[in-house]
Amino acid sequence: MNIPKAFATAALIAASLLTAQLATAGDKIRIATEGAYSPFNMVDSNGELIGFDVDIAKALCVQMQADCEIVAQDWDGIIPGLRARKYDAIIASMSITEERMRVVDFSEKYYSNVLAFVTPEGSDVQVTKEGLKGKTVGAQRATIAGQYLEDNLGDVVNVKLYDTQDNAYLDLSTGRLDALLSDKFPAYDWLRSDDGKGFAFNGDDIDINDEIGIAVRKGDPLKDKFSAAIKAIVADGTYAKINEKYFPFSIY
Amino acid sequence: MTWEWDVIWKYFPRLLEGAWLTMELVLISGLIGIALAIPLSLMRASTRPWVKALPFAYIYFFRGTPLLVQIFLVYYGASQFEAVRESVFWPMLRQPYWCAIIAFSLNTAAYSAELFRSAIQAIPTGEIEAAEAMGMNKSTQIRRIILPRAFGIALPAYGNEVILMLKGSALASTITLLDLTGMARTIIARTYTPLEMFLAAGVVYLAISALIIALFRFMEYRFNRYQYYHHTETPVDLDPQLRDPHIDQK
Repeated sequence: MNIPKAFATAALIAASLLTAQLATAGDKIRIATEGAYSPFNMVDSNGELIGFDVDIAKALCVQMQADCEIVAQDWDGIIPGLRARKYDAIIASMSITEERMRVVDFSEKYYSNVLAFVTPEGSDVQVTKEGLKGKTVGAQRATIAGQYLEDNLGDVVNVKLYDTQDNAYLDLSTGRLDALLSDKFPAYDWLRSDDGKGFAFNGDDIDINDEIGIAVRKGDPLKDKFSAAIKAIVADGTYAKINEKYFPFSIY
Repeated sequence: MTWEWDVIWKYFPRLLEGAWLTMELVLISGLIGIALAIPLSLMRASTRPWVKALPFAYIYFFRGTPLLVQIFLVYYGASQFEAVRESVFWPMLRQPYWCAIIAFSLNTAAYSAELFRSAIQAIPTGEIEAAEAMGMNKSTQIRRIILPRAFGIALPAYGNEVILMLKGSALASTITLLDLTGMARTIIARTYTPLEMFLAAGVVYLAISALIIALFRFMEYRFNRYQYYHHTETPVDLDPQLRDPHIDQK
């Protein structure tokens, strides 16, 4: 083999490898989740992403016959990352809100959420506007709960916003927080764990007509594909199986 | 992606509130840091091993671990212990504000102590000898010669440390404080305009740095006057015999 020929062969191999790479990168759907929102998305002891959102994401990918990659991304940078094309979809228990709709598109809901206050068991705090006056109440930053606190109770309570739900739980258990406003299902999971001993839901659920959807970039046809796939897995019972794994009641 | 100038104007007053807290954190922890760093650096500059050991370990720990870890240890770590929660320090440790001040002070004290230690060792031995020849005892030497001289020598490097601390203070936002970064992130959570808000926050950080730089320039000029050359014009009516032709030519 003479040298120019060797070069040509090498170039050909390199080119074919490159196109192969580009092709898979094109078909692959990259999905971001947070990884700090138990039991919806969290990291197990092997560093793998697991949870309800992750199971749903995998089921949807099977349904759509798509090649998916699931990546972890901090919550408050998760929408900017989508817009910067670091990934193509967010399946991270994200509520469909008007503010978010301005910057991203959402699929149909894949579950519904309500808010609930968590306080120490036997706490005499009344979770009303009067009862919470002057108290310190926490929530995760950039969430519906955080927004609800600021909008409805911001003038009477001392609002503390956390980077992750886990940090908010830590501060609740050390007594820095008098109450925590949270999405109900993850709190339900936490209350069942060892860390959540001695705490309980307080007051009624706050139904804010909150639906959880999959966020994609504006105008991305993935939106309709996801919506169709959600309908399909609800219809064929895959959804119910995943639901059952995490909660004894339906959250759809 | 559209660029929204109006959110910057709308939320700028809140950013300034955050900037105020940032400056407060840097100033208070800076002052506590210096107060801790001076005795530490004097011990560190000692020739006796048992005096050196403690500040060495302290500095090694705080320079060798990330500031974020230190903040988390003080805020989330310490509060895990029942004993801490029942101690007299709890009313203080309960508040993220004081936890941030404690972590920043301990951190900057370690860096500053090392700066002051090198400054102390950079004082020309002749000056210490002169002080000894004047009959000054050790404490008078420290008060009149060593500390003032070390202060002047360490000043430019210390200015650097204060600017690093300003930027490190952004980590206060991880323990729920609404400093400049925390405020920007909270606003972004609402408006989804990260580029605009972080740009605005960046400009405010630059402005605060400019202030710190100006302050240290002024102090350097004031305390290190001997390092600046002041050219004085030769009087026109000077006796020709005293004139230096080399200077006149310039």
